[in-house]
Amino acid sequence: MDMQVSFLDRLFDAGLLIDTGVDGLYGRSGQFEDVIAAFERLIDNVGGADGAEAMRFPPGMNRAFFEQSGYMKSFPQLAGTVHSFCGNELDHMSLLKCMEVGEEDWTADQKATDIVLTPAACYPLYPTVARRGNLPKSGGLFDLQSYCFRHEPSKDPARQQLFRMREYVCMGTEQHVTDFRQLWMDRGVEMMKSVGLDVTIDVANDPFFGRAGKMMVNNQRDQNLKFELLIPITSTTNPTACMSFNYHQDSFGTKWGLNLEDGSVAHTACVGFGLERIALALFHTHGLDTKAWPESVRATLWG
Amino acid sequence: MNETIRELLAKVGGLPVAVETLEDGADLYAAGLSSFASVQLMLAIEEKFDIEFPDNLLNRKSFASISAIEATVAQILKAREAA
Repeated sequence: MDMQVSFLDRLFDAGLLIDTGVDGLYGRSGQFEDVIAAFERLIDNVGGADGAEAMRFPPGMNRAFFEQSGYMKSFPQLAGTVHSFCGNELDHMSLLKCMEVGEEDWTADQKATDIVLTPAACYPLYPTVARRGNLPKSGGLFDLQSYCFRHEPSKDPARQQLFRMREYVCMGTEQHVTDFRQLWMDRGVEMMKSVGLDVTIDVANDPFFGRAGKMMVNNQRDQNLKFELLIPITSTTNPTACMSFNYHQDSFGTKWGLNLEDGSVAHTACVGFGLERIALALFHTHGLDTKAWPESVRATLWG
Repeated sequence: MNETIRELLAKVGGLPVAVETLEDGADLYAAGLSSFASVQLMLAIEEKFDIEFPDNLLNRKSFASISAIEATVAQILKAREAA
């Protein structure tokens, strides 16, 4: 049995994660949630004074915005769409028959709704901000958190299909947003140290699909557009990305029509915390019982 | 080959300027070639010349200018002849 599976089993046995029968789809215990809540307070303490505007969206987004985002160009393999039964009574009868017999796929006649599962917490933000008109001279800073969906079933507890992402998104000039990104890279390292986690930061890439994606990967890495903060969870040789620091150049600004006060296209950057991954890193490092965690870590998280 | 590359660039490059106005050595990214358009261009060139870009040439540098694309395609065609 590999290390990923055994850590997942230990988490199940301890009741921290709750098995649903689907890989990557888990319930969480009160103790697990308590760790996430405490870490989010730590994020608030570190970033709160920056004055970000908080917005919370449900884990589904407007399909039209999702289509406009170009997500399907880059990550078709990860997307999740919401489909529903839209038929009449006769269709309902054949649906039930189909489900009872179980030979055919009863979902084949489900129709796409206007909702797509949110792939990253900041996706609903860009069109929302664009609707307001030009950004003020000082740019924009936003605080988001959402459950996100990525279709990648796995036994690795650090690769879940539905997980929470806390994000800060910055919009402004190139200098402004790259400074923001650097600030959070420094803060991220300090924060993780303060809760006793071993971290490294490395250049990274998104999982772009296919051969065309290979070129996107090379471009992204050559230009240092993405960095990740890595912490060993299920492997020390392949540590897990628990934070990411992304500079989008002016691509989102151009795509969504985000302009600054002087009419120039806004540059954007975002910093994301993988909340479940951070909780798992804490459980992996300090043990499965939070009461037995080092006093300094407990003090940082629970004061 | 130059002409063919220019045709494909005009077709899939999505540039805000006319391709005829670009020098062979002009920086295509500065001219407005997006990351995604460069991928489209790569796929169009592969189809037109019936070649496949090896991983080490799938990068920004290979598509930085019309002459860079020409050199990259020539290099791939040459490697194929030698093989």
